[in-house]
Amino acid sequence: MKVVVTTVGKDRVGIIAKESQILAENGVNILNINQNITGGFFNMVMIAELPDNGGITLADLQAKLKELGKEMGLEIKAQHQDIFNIMHDV
Amino acid sequence: MITIDDIFETNQMITENKLDVRTITMGISLRDCANPNIDKFCQNIYDKITKSAEDLVKTGEAIEAEYGIPIIHKRISVTPIAIAADACKTDSYVPIAETLDKAGKEVGVNFIGGFSALVEKGMTHGDETLIRSIPQAMAATDIVCSSVNVGSTKAGINMDCVRQMGEVVKRTAELTRDQEAIGCAKIVTFCNAPGDNPFMAGAFHGVAEGDRVINVGVSGPGVVKHALEGLKGADFTEVAETIKRTAFKITRVGQLVAREASKRLGVPFGIIDLSLAPTPAVGDSVARILEEMGLEACGVPGTTAALAMLNDAVKKGGLMASSHVGGLSGAFIPVSEDEGMINAVNQGSLCIEKLEAMTCVCSVGLDMIAIDGDTTAATIAGIMADEAAIGMINNKTTAVRVIPVPGKHVGDSVQFGGLLGYCPIVPVHNQYSSEAFIARGGRIPAPVRSLTN
Repeated sequence: MKVVVTTVGKDRVGIIAKESQILAENGVNILNINQNITGGFFNMVMIAELPDNGGITLADLQAKLKELGKEMGLEIKAQHQDIFNIMHDV
Repeated sequence: MITIDDIFETNQMITENKLDVRTITMGISLRDCANPNIDKFCQNIYDKITKSAEDLVKTGEAIEAEYGIPIIHKRISVTPIAIAADACKTDSYVPIAETLDKAGKEVGVNFIGGFSALVEKGMTHGDETLIRSIPQAMAATDIVCSSVNVGSTKAGINMDCVRQMGEVVKRTAELTRDQEAIGCAKIVTFCNAPGDNPFMAGAFHGVAEGDRVINVGVSGPGVVKHALEGLKGADFTEVAETIKRTAFKITRVGQLVAREASKRLGVPFGIIDLSLAPTPAVGDSVARILEEMGLEACGVPGTTAALAMLNDAVKKGGLMASSHVGGLSGAFIPVSEDEGMINAVNQGSLCIEKLEAMTCVCSVGLDMIAIDGDTTAATIAGIMADEAAIGMINNKTTAVRVIPVPGKHVGDSVQFGGLLGYCPIVPVHNQYSSEAFIARGGRIPAPVRSLTN
């Protein structure tokens, strides 16, 4: 299952490091990263793939990322990518 | 391939423009629950509803979390109780309403609709029992919704029932007077009611439906308004195109949710209802879309034209996005549930007569309008007859959900809470009576379908 992880918040050192560490520890493969800083605010969109069988569920990944977001003052969302595909493709 | 812009646009629609799926509604047939003994009937429907919908809320919440799209309500609609309970030897269906309430609460849904009767042509004993039971049923329950179809383009209008519904609304207001007549917010009087509508208070599981079905109602007035904010001064062709594109995107989300819910629950997908459903929250208003088109205030001349175009463009965009569209599918204009409508009534730009004109071109009717508690049953029935006539002649669904709040008069306002919102008392010109007209009874014949002028 492919998911879109969006991260928004005040910039600081180690956001990508900590976030990608959680993904790596749970067997989630990053396929694409787009990141920039606008007016001191960190914006990142990752497309990642959850392991097919027996790996972490999206709900568990969401919980872990939420916890990290709370710790670092960020809003981190992970969503099934179909919501974006279906809305923008005819 | 999705782009970053697509991702930002979708998430902005959800977080800033209040895009949501208003409801996943499971339709459940109760036709196999019939029993002459009302206790056995109640047990049958309780068992069927709680078993059929046991995973509905859980599944809705899982979809909500996975896709990051809010799904505001999970609801149930059932076979009109007047049909399902027709065999019961009883003079009151109040215990049935209480059972629906209990079953709905057991599975955790927000509303359960279908305390209903379809009587555009005539009434059976079951229909009469149901209509007589509505006031007490609405007072005795919290989440049960009631609807009565009093007219259709094919059958005309049952004026005996229109008269009764005026009285039912008055009686319900009286029985729930300590809660601002909230019972009346759960009663809809319809013409041309659809059997696959997922929205309350008018949802019921139509007689032509299967055993169970999943219908989904989308929302998204805020998204449409936001899209139009970038079009200051553009002509109507461009406005209509933008609304179509936006409606397409909104509906695709509904389609995705419906497909997933259907698959996970093992229940066939029915329809997507394309309605633009407002809420009392700022930024989620249909009235504000009309104002964004260039009207200084909702209700001024031009409002009906603006609404007609909005309604049509939403349908055109939405139809392309879903394999099955049905229900009410249009822009809703409930007064108390729409921040812009409330504002328009407060500032005097919108009156009930203009709302009636607006119902000619949109879904659904005079909806969630609080009126003076002294309004007579005959006047309310007159409002219902007018609305039914608009539906009958124009071959569309129309409805009336007015709330005559006891003790409240023009200048007062009422607070219903939650999605039902709040409403100033809307003036009704009732210094002259509709009494003799409503007292006639009988049926207004079905209209001619040619010579359409």
